[in-house]
Amino acid sequence: MTATYWSWETFADAFPIILEGLKITLGLTIASYLLAMVVGFIWLILESTPIKPFNFIVYWIKEFIRSTPPIVQIFFLYFAWPMVPYIGTSFTPFVAAMLALGIHFSTYISEVYRSGIESVDKGQWEASTALNFSTRDKWTKIVLPQALPPTIPMLGNYLIILFKEVPLAATIGVVGILSIARSYGAQTWSYIEPLTIVALLFLLLSYPSALLIRRLENKMNRRFDKKPKKVKVAE
Amino acid sequence: MFESGANILTYLSQGAWTTISIFLASAFFAFLMAFIAGLSRLAKNPLIRGFTTVYVEIFRGTSLIVQLFWLYYAVPMLFNINLGSNWWVGVVAIALNYGAYMSEVVRSSILSIDKGQTEASIALNLSRFQRMRHIILPQALRLMLPEFGNYSIQILKGTALVSLIGLTDILYYGDIYRSSNLSEGPLAYLMVLVMYFIIALPLIWLSKQGEKMSRRGVAS
Repeated sequence: MTATYWSWETFADAFPIILEGLKITLGLTIASYLLAMVVGFIWLILESTPIKPFNFIVYWIKEFIRSTPPIVQIFFLYFAWPMVPYIGTSFTPFVAAMLALGIHFSTYISEVYRSGIESVDKGQWEASTALNFSTRDKWTKIVLPQALPPTIPMLGNYLIILFKEVPLAATIGVVGILSIARSYGAQTWSYIEPLTIVALLFLLLSYPSALLIRRLENKMNRRFDKKPKKVKVAE
Repeated sequence: MFESGANILTYLSQGAWTTISIFLASAFFAFLMAFIAGLSRLAKNPLIRGFTTVYVEIFRGTSLIVQLFWLYYAVPMLFNINLGSNWWVGVVAIALNYGAYMSEVVRSSILSIDKGQTEASIALNLSRFQRMRHIILPQALRLMLPEFGNYSIQILKGTALVSLIGLTDILYYGDIYRSSNLSEGPLAYLMVLVMYFIIALPLIWLSKQGEKMSRRGVAS
């Protein structure tokens, strides 16, 4: 077999075609992410009920979803869900991928929420109780304002990770950039250029956002330094 | 239902060895890459540092599935390199991808070791290599354990993609089973998930142990 060489002509020809799929790829990313944020919150509530056996079950369901491959979960929802008795309905590829990725990532997002809440010092809770704050005020005025900012970089990181999982949806026919690139390859028998374009698009979008988040992280670390500040005591 | 569930599991177990062997091989090479790249990024030589940074950022910035297809379709055509078998294509793609992610763990763990340790080992006249080997790495390794545990589960999840390049892993047999028994589809995929979960259980346990070990004896 002779080596096929890179052709800029094919590159230029494929680029606008693949770019068309970016809307779907980004749309699926945002839709799954919003779902993950909502479901992540539901996990948090389910796990903090006072019923121990129930919490235990929820914990293992979460662990199950988290440690099994998202691609199988996508296949399950797309190919198998319609066959589930009583509750089964068929989803469009987009919806199936959104549900699978959204639920998969919700298990990570709920951990982020939890770490945010746990990062609030116990003294803050005690103080707000001592000051006779209502439960609502305790959350909205004391806990959440301190719990949310440190989670922002983590949430951003998961958005980037989710973005990179989205091309999995190409396997069930969501017409994002990867599946356009593959069908372009199948038609013209040149895979190199379209696949490189896909890689480039991912890199162009995710690298700058990753840099942004790293900067945000450093800023947050400085602002929310865990070390207790030295308090000058008048002698 | 339990009976057909068990049937499906035995059917799927034909693909278990492919999944497990790819997991073991790619985890091994990913750890190797992580240490090579993680240490190279801390090297004095700017050329080595620059080269590794490019590698890490490219593999972290694009998705595993894209890299897998790229290795599968583009590399043999472009460079006339044949990796020999699809098994190796899968292993190399997963190892390079997660090696890049884990190199960041190696790098940040080494950087987080207190400056005083480096200063003390310089004062004790240890060479650069001795310093890394005897002082810094033993302390840094402990910090890496929890993240390594997490990434090993990620690698296992990543191996499910190799059925896309024609390898006969658990997911492949799941697909075959479903296409011949359409009504049992939900159960078939559920069993695929269960099978991955069973393989993941020891990894989950290991990463919990790693977390405990990294916390031991450290005042928080």
